[in-house]
Formats: sequence, structure tokens, C-alpha cells
Amino acid sequence: MSARISNRIVNSVIYSIAVLWLIPLIWVIYMAFRPKELALSPKFTFDFTLANFVNVWQGAPFSVYYLNTIIIVLGVLAVQIFTVTLAAYAFARLQFWGKSIFFTLFLMQIMIPNDVLIFPNYSILKELSLLDTRTGIMIPYFASAFGVFLLRQFFKTIPVELEEAAKVEGLSKWAILWKIYFPLGKSAYISFALVSISYHWNNFLWPLIVTNSVEKRPLTVGLSLFAQSSETGAQWSEVTAATLLVSAPLLIGFFFFQKQFISSFMQSGIK
Amino acid sequence: MLSAKFWRDNSFAWLLLLPSLVFLILFTFYPIGKTVILSLQQSDLAAREPIFIGLDNYKSLIGDSIFWKVMTNNFWFAIGTIPTSIALALAMAVFANKALRGKGFVRTAFFYPNVIPMIAIANVWLFIYTPQYGLLSRAMKYVEKGDLNWLGNPDLVMWALIVMIVWREAGYFMIFYLAGLQNVSPDLYEAADIDGARPWLVFRKITFPLLMPTTLFVMIVALTNSFKLVDHLFIMTKGGPDNASSLLLYYIYEQAFAFWDLGKASTLTIVMIVLLLIISAVQFFWMDKKVHYE
Repeated sequence: MSARISNRIVNSVIYSIAVLWLIPLIWVIYMAFRPKELALSPKFTFDFTLANFVNVWQGAPFSVYYLNTIIIVLGVLAVQIFTVTLAAYAFARLQFWGKSIFFTLFLMQIMIPNDVLIFPNYSILKELSLLDTRTGIMIPYFASAFGVFLLRQFFKTIPVELEEAAKVEGLSKWAILWKIYFPLGKSAYISFALVSISYHWNNFLWPLIVTNSVEKRPLTVGLSLFAQSSETGAQWSEVTAATLLVSAPLLIGFFFFQKQFISSFMQSGIK
Repeated sequence: MLSAKFWRDNSFAWLLLLPSLVFLILFTFYPIGKTVILSLQQSDLAAREPIFIGLDNYKSLIGDSIFWKVMTNNFWFAIGTIPTSIALALAMAVFANKALRGKGFVRTAFFYPNVIPMIAIANVWLFIYTPQYGLLSRAMKYVEKGDLNWLGNPDLVMWALIVMIVWREAGYFMIFYLAGLQNVSPDLYEAADIDGARPWLVFRKITFPLLMPTTLFVMIVALTNSFKLVDHLFIMTKGGPDNASSLLLYYIYEQAFAFWDLGKASTLTIVMIVLLLIISAVQFFWMDKKVHYE
């Protein structure tokens, strides 16, 4: 009896915290659809408008930012899938000289993430004349130790007999990699893709440093400039609308594919 | 003499590693080496050509009061965010794992901040913390407390940012606990149930000890994050007021890209790398131990 009551109390505490956690999101949505002139009014009303979104889209080059972000996110992912697959296969299935040395070298990238090396990487980008280019934003992430470890774990679970059968059929090593391992790794690739996409969609500091022209900027940098250019409270509605525009794709994706997102992020920690 | 067979056996593997290695060397190893060298030089707007000065950059860092301020901030930031977010994450996971109605809702509510850009989160929380018109100020007016300038007050700003980071991180850590809980054998709970153990006792004697490896892992991630999370400072405080909210990575950014003191920025980067290596060393030490347990 008392256990049931205490259970109920604990459950309601958990629900209340969950609701508390949603307040910032609810508030952003409320503000983004609220008429500008009511932005600072403390009274709750049901007034609804899309004008803020129209203003944002026309007031700053968000379509350019969107396109840049999509190019960067997909570009990084495409190259990563290629580099990661090759290295993961080598670590999972091949015996070679220097394996443990190379493995340690890969591990270093996880210990010292690129975020920390902003300054030296900036000067390297300068030497390569890649400043203010989308390639410059993408290139430090073309190798992903995390992806290598994730895929390696997965490749190890594929039965070796499959590969041996393919060898008997006369398939080359290269063909075995792309015709057997690659298609079988689908679920691991989806996990990796979700983590990679959300990382690069949300990445800010590195693109901020690399870019200085509108044509190359991703959404996060564009949003920060937009927010800083509108300091008065009257522009809250537009800044919240812009914030929502930038966050919406992943947020909507997350609400629909909650389980996949959570299990992908879970695997990202398991490495 | 290495035989032809040696090369044939190894070259395919090396070729497979090559594309990754090129980028790893270019953007992880070469920059680290470069930074070490630059940290031994004076290279700022006063020095046209970098001058070798040995450990002087490190010595002057010891006398730099802002550096110590930033390190202290980072320390309090870690102390403020890590235990709270871990405790919350654990509580959440324990309940979201039970056959509780609406557990999908609880998970979603907790995790969603992790799919929003930090820069967007900063915008939202800036409006929450704005004096007079902000959400928090409006709420405080209801309870008739005075209004506070959360981000403008050196004594409050760190607290305000800690609350925001806990809000973001707790859900991320929750998923690792959810994974950990799936590995706890249900037999243990059944046995405890037969013995009539109370929930709190079950948690203390079974759940918590079995989740210890997860807790250690999450602590390492949280510690690393406490050095990496700085995007919000660009929008919310710029490290201010009076450096009260600046963190190590933000300080590096300022030295490198606002003051162009490349020697100092490199020295700070080395400090950061050493800290991260220490954190990783602890992690490996722990992983070693864990392997022995299994």
C-alpha cells in the first residue's frame, strides 16, 4: 500500500520534470508563431502568425545557409562512409604489420577531438588555401575514428564463412568489401549517419572560424549572426522563428524516429 | 630482408588505412606537433617573425590571472554540471526503463535538447534569462520575488549556464544508463522481490552497484564535454561579465582569433590536450580494470 503511494509520488515527480524539460521548446514554438507586436506582452493569447518565418527567410540569406549545411553534412558523410569502411574492414578482418600502432593512432582522434585543435587546424587550412570554403569546413572530419570503431565492431560479428564462400566464388578482396560487408552493415551505417549528421548540422565553432562570407556559411553561423544583429526585445519573435527553422529538421526527425536516434547515440558512446 | 610475401600481405591493409590516415595526420598529428613548437615561440602582433623563447609562454601563463580565472570557472562548471546531470540521468533511466506509462514521452522530453544545435539552445535560454521580459523573470514576478539579471551578474552567470547545460546533458547520459540497465539480469530483481526488498534498497544494493561502470564512463564523457561545450558563450555572455563565464576553449578562441597571440593560444591548446590525455588515461585505466572483472 505505502509502496504503491510512494511509487505514484515518484512517477508524478518524473512526469513533472519531463514537462519542465519541454518548457523551453514549447515557449520557442509559442514565440515563433506569435505576432511581433505581442512579443513582449506578458498576457497569454492564441494569436497566430507565420509572418515571423516569412520575415526571417526574406531578411537573411537562410536559403543559402540551408543549402550550405545540407552540402556540408552530406559531403562529410559521403567521404566518411568511404574512409571508415576501408579502415574498419582492415582492423576487423586483416592481420598486418603495425596493426596495434595504427589502432592507437586512430584512438588519439577520439581522445583529442578536432574541436580542441581549432587554432592549429585554422593555420593548416590557411596553408592549404581552403579558408572560407565548404571543403575547408568539411575536411578535418573526413576521417572518423569513432566511425571506424563502430563499423569494426559490426564487421566482426559477420561470419567469416561468408567471406570464404565469396572467395571460392572468385570475388576479389575489394569486391568482398563492397558487395558483402558494406550492404550487411546497414544498421551500423544508419547509427553512424545519425550521429554524424547531427554533429555536423549542429557544429558551430569550426565553421565560424573558417568562413567569412555569406555564400559559404552554414545555418548555425548564420543563426548566430542573425541573433546578434537583432538585440532589441522587439525582434524576439524573429530570432525564435529563426532558431526554430535551424533546429526543426533534426527535431522533427527525432520526434518521428525517436528509437533509432536514441539507440544510435547509445552506440556512439559504446565505441 | 623483407620478403615479397610480407609486402603482399600487408600492402592491402595499409592501402585501406591510407585515406583515413592522411586526414588523421593532417588534422590531428601534424597540428599537435605544430602547436608544441609554436607554444615555445613568441608569435603575436609584436613579433613579425616567431622568436624561440623556450618555456616562457608557460611561465607567463602561471602569472596570468585570467588563465587561472578560466581554469577555476572550468572547475566549477564541471562540479556544477557533472553530479547533477548524472544523478538526474540515472533517476530518469530507472523510471523510463520500468513499464511505466508514457515512458516514450519521458525519454523524448529528456533527450530532445541533444538534437538541437547548441547555438540555438543559447538563443532560447538567452530569452529565458533576459531581465524583465524573459520567461524566468516573468515567472519570478508571479512569486513576487525581485528581478535578477542572470547573465549580467558575475555571481549568478555560472549558475545560470550550469542549469542550462544540465538541461541539455541529462538526457544524453540517460541513454547510457538505459543501455546499462538492459544488461542487469531480471533474475536479481525477481529474487529481491521474493525477499520483499523495498525499492530504495533494491536500487542501493543491486541497480546502483551494477551500473558503476556506466557511471564511470558517463563521468569521463561529462568531464570531456565540460571542456568542449563553449558555443553558448558566443551568444549568451562572450565569456563575461568580467570573465566570469569564460572557459578554456573560449579563452583559446579569444587569444587566437581576437588578439592573434599565437604563442599563447598554442600554449593554452597544449594545456587542454594534456588535460584531455589525463582524462583518457583514467578511462583506459578503468577499462583495463573492467576487463579483469569480466
